Amino acid sequence: MASYSTNQFKMGLKIMLDGDPYTIVENDIVKPGKGQAFNRIKVRNLKSGRVIEKTYKSGESVEAADVVETNMEYSYSDGDSWTFMNPETFEQMSASKAAMGDTTKWLKGQETCMVTLWNGEPISVVAPNFAILTITETDPGVRGDTASGGTKPATMETGAVVKVPLFIEQGDVLKIDTRTGEYVSRAKED
Amino acid sequence: MRQIRDYFAAEDVLEVETPLLMPSGSQDPALTSFATSAPAEANHWPRGYLQTSPEFAMKRLLAAGSGDIFQLCHAFRVEQPGRYHLAEFVLLEWYRVGFDHHHLMDDVEALVLALLPSLHFERKTYAELFQGEYGFDPHTASTIRLGETAAATGAELGVASDDRVVLFDVLFAQLFLRDRPATDALFVYDFPVEQCAYARIAPGSPPVAQRFELIIGGVEIANGYFEVTDYEEQLERHRREGIRRQQLKLPEMESDPLFLAALDAGMPSCSGVALGVDRLVMLCTGQQSLNQCTSFDPFGAALEHC
Repeated sequence: MASYSTNQFKMGLKIMLDGDPYTIVENDIVKPGKGQAFNRIKVRNLKSGRVIEKTYKSGESVEAADVVETNMEYSYSDGDSWTFMNPETFEQMSASKAAMGDTTKWLKGQETCMVTLWNGEPISVVAPNFAILTITETDPGVRGDTASGGTKPATMETGAVVKVPLFIEQGDVLKIDTRTGEYVSRAKED
Repeated sequence: MRQIRDYFAAEDVLEVETPLLMPSGSQDPALTSFATSAPAEANHWPRGYLQTSPEFAMKRLLAAGSGDIFQLCHAFRVEQPGRYHLAEFVLLEWYRVGFDHHHLMDDVEALVLALLPSLHFERKTYAELFQGEYGFDPHTASTIRLGETAAATGAELGVASDDRVVLFDVLFAQLFLRDRPATDALFVYDFPVEQCAYARIAPGSPPVAQRFELIIGGVEIANGYFEVTDYEEQLERHRREGIRRQQLKLPEMESDPLFLAALDAGMPSCSGVALGVDRLVMLCTGQQSLNQCTSFDPFGAALEHC
């Protein structure tokens, strides 16, 4: 089994802890006085996203996690699983609801997503930074009101609910930042 | 640097220089010395070591009757480079004859305040610190108790998980050596005997090592001892370090015979402290890492690939 020694620790390294894959987000060397050196790391659980802190005696080693991040194109969903395709090999792969998390609400089809594979199975999926979506339901627009700064909820074609400015109409096509869930601008669908 | 020299000039402490390249390296199991190798045609030239600190050389001067001395010098330690570690760094080391470690803490505080006037100083014993943070007395705590507490902080020590020295190291590091308000200056003193290094042990119940550390903003700045000056005691410390080096499978390291001879001839009662000048500069300039305080990073690229 592959493993990493503490002197190989660096940001982005994928390791196994208590049976789950983690990625190192911070690595600091701490060495008290005339004492033992330690690596203090912050690691993010690749399944739950939770960040924890661990301190390793320098020289210890940790099991490597077989984790690969790859760009895949979203094809379709049957409601229980979401199917992605590798754009180079056309190989298909499906991600569970748990792996998809909130990402589903930004996907229509054909988006290129960052899929994290652990032992060949998708464990998390990140949508593209921006989604272009059509509003299926919102209160009628207030004409000319581009300055008041007020917002109202709008339901998008994928089911996501986004706060939009008052002048936006049902049927408008919007650009949404999927990282924050915020409205960016109106967009033309091409 | 000028402020440091001014302080010692006003205190009538003599500035000294000692060799950086010495025939013996550090015996401290926690330190690795850089060893030198001469070219093959100069094979009469013995192996040398770059000093990890000027401690032994300065103690020889003390034994020779130098009185109070200080030195600003470079020191070298083989270490994984990090935010607070450089392989070559600037050390300020000084010794005060007739001082105990409390008196020397006053001295350190006065010097550091001259450089960083906004600091707020506090002093705590190691026992008070552990009692407050972990709820037990470190001097009497069982190894199992130490181990459980360390594990609860997320420490992974492998085979060393029942080693009291490593357990104290990690429990101490978990409290400090992390981001803290940059104005908090804390002296921790009277260490567990397992952490004595070359500090005197005050008999008592429990006995404590008369050692202190200064931690500013979570960064360790200085480490001082009420020094062992007894020849037999120093030999015993070296013997124990030798055993520990063996346990840790580290190369054997000879004692410096001239240092021991100096102790044998008689060294005055004194306290000494080493202070990391780069780290102090980092605090004075509000930087987050030592690399931001130095114009040079000679091995940076080479080390990136290991």
